[in-house]
Amino acid sequence: MSEVQQTDLLIVGAGPAGLSAAATISADRDFRVMVIDEFPEPGGRLLGQFHEERNHSWWIGKIVAADLIIQNTLAGVMIQCGVSVYGLELLPDGWRVLTSKGDIRTKYLLLATGAAEVPMPISGWTLPGVMSIGAAQVMANVHQVKPGERGYIVGVNVLSLAIAKELVVAGIEIEGIALPPDDLFAMEETNPVAAIELLTRLSDAAPAPWMRWGGKLAQKMKLSRLIASCFPKKGVKVWDLPLQLRTALVSIQGVDQVESVIVADVTRSGEIIEGSQREIEVDFVAIAGGLYPLAELAALAGCPFLYVSELGGNIPVHNERLKTTLPNLYVAGNITGVEGAQVAMAQGRLAAHSISYDAGWFACEEEPKLLDAIAEVKEVRRSAMIQFHPEIDSARKRIYELFEHWM
Amino acid sequence: MRKSLRINHHPLLGEMDKKVISFTYNGEKLQGLEGEPIAVALLANHIRILRRHEESGSARGLYCGIGHCMECRVELLGKGQVRACLTPLKEGMEIREGSRLPNAITGRVDS
Repeated sequence: MSEVQQTDLLIVGAGPAGLSAAATISADRDFRVMVIDEFPEPGGRLLGQFHEERNHSWWIGKIVAADLIIQNTLAGVMIQCGVSVYGLELLPDGWRVLTSKGDIRTKYLLLATGAAEVPMPISGWTLPGVMSIGAAQVMANVHQVKPGERGYIVGVNVLSLAIAKELVVAGIEIEGIALPPDDLFAMEETNPVAAIELLTRLSDAAPAPWMRWGGKLAQKMKLSRLIASCFPKKGVKVWDLPLQLRTALVSIQGVDQVESVIVADVTRSGEIIEGSQREIEVDFVAIAGGLYPLAELAALAGCPFLYVSELGGNIPVHNERLKTTLPNLYVAGNITGVEGAQVAMAQGRLAAHSISYDAGWFACEEEPKLLDAIAEVKEVRRSAMIQFHPEIDSARKRIYELFEHWM
Repeated sequence: MRKSLRINHHPLLGEMDKKVISFTYNGEKLQGLEGEPIAVALLANHIRILRRHEESGSARGLYCGIGHCMECRVELLGKGQVRACLTPLKEGMEIREGSRLPNAITGRVDS
């Protein structure tokens, strides 16, 4: 149980970034690689994701994960699940990682812990049946149990629309996707104008043709206020989803669990129109507050951070090669900023090449691979179906500059 | 008998290939799939109330699903308090609603 395990590279997080890194490095070199994850099975958020590609084929995360797991198994990577990390200590020759299954000593450490969801405390949100939208996604897509028969989604963002569509595919009724009330505390996206601004960034994944075609134009001409004014109060059907940009979810009702929600119409700037409140029966509510990078372990290690709103929150300072400012510590995936799974996978491959390069194996061979991997991350980001934020490239540059300054 | 919340025949993700096993919740005998998180097996049985808040006594259930929020604590015989969203279900598990943790400030120790 508490016997110290030894490895050359320990990867924390068996999601798209972690599994891609492990598969890439072990495919190339004789090097002990271990991946650990708190969840009982490997795959991370890949397990619950699917979306339709431009050519109308379906990208199914579970299949991508299964493929990565096979590659890792064939390469002799040890994947251990159900392991929680609670401490990190820098040693002269690497890292000591304290876990719920004992200590692990490793030369190189890669943090690929992903992201977590921003909570949104709405009246009644502690009732059983209210869950984060990511939890609803895991229930429906990973475990194939409906979060409920009929639900309401609060929060309009990239994540809520993508998951809402997945829930509908699974046969779950979505009564509405509405805005949070703007009275509690100011979050982005709480008024119709901000929500439309956000939707116009969805690029090819935008849920309605007018958003796809009009998105760039709307952004350029600052048409969001006009669209917000024209947006019908009863909402519009996009992707078969009842998107209600002029409705706010005011409160969640029920004695011991969710029984209904109270919604109301709102003005263009998000104020509730008195007398428009109405009750709608639902048995679950999914809260979509957006994602933030899950970086506690980087903080525990002692990394400096930079708050970058375009990337979802506080980011451990790192360079383009995904090295942090601390010795032998690397980051990949959403811990470096919130983006899609395909970007995370490309970052995982890049981290693997970066570690190989730093390990000093045939540097002349490794350098071109590393540069290719950097270029590949950019290409995957550029061609991604869902653009999480239009300013990602410049935001990332700020972090890389800070890294140079720091070192 | 309420309609099951299990999604049979998902159009894109295929079928779940897991063994049906028995467990108890608050003494009631229930069935779930081996290895699925306890919270999932309970939800499939329409059980959402996993514990009561320490002070207010209000009902609590699964929230984040990734082991972060600690809202889904249940009592697992032989293990103590576990997170229902991360703990895989096993045959014969005896699970009860999460017990109320003591409060060092008010001095309340019992549940």
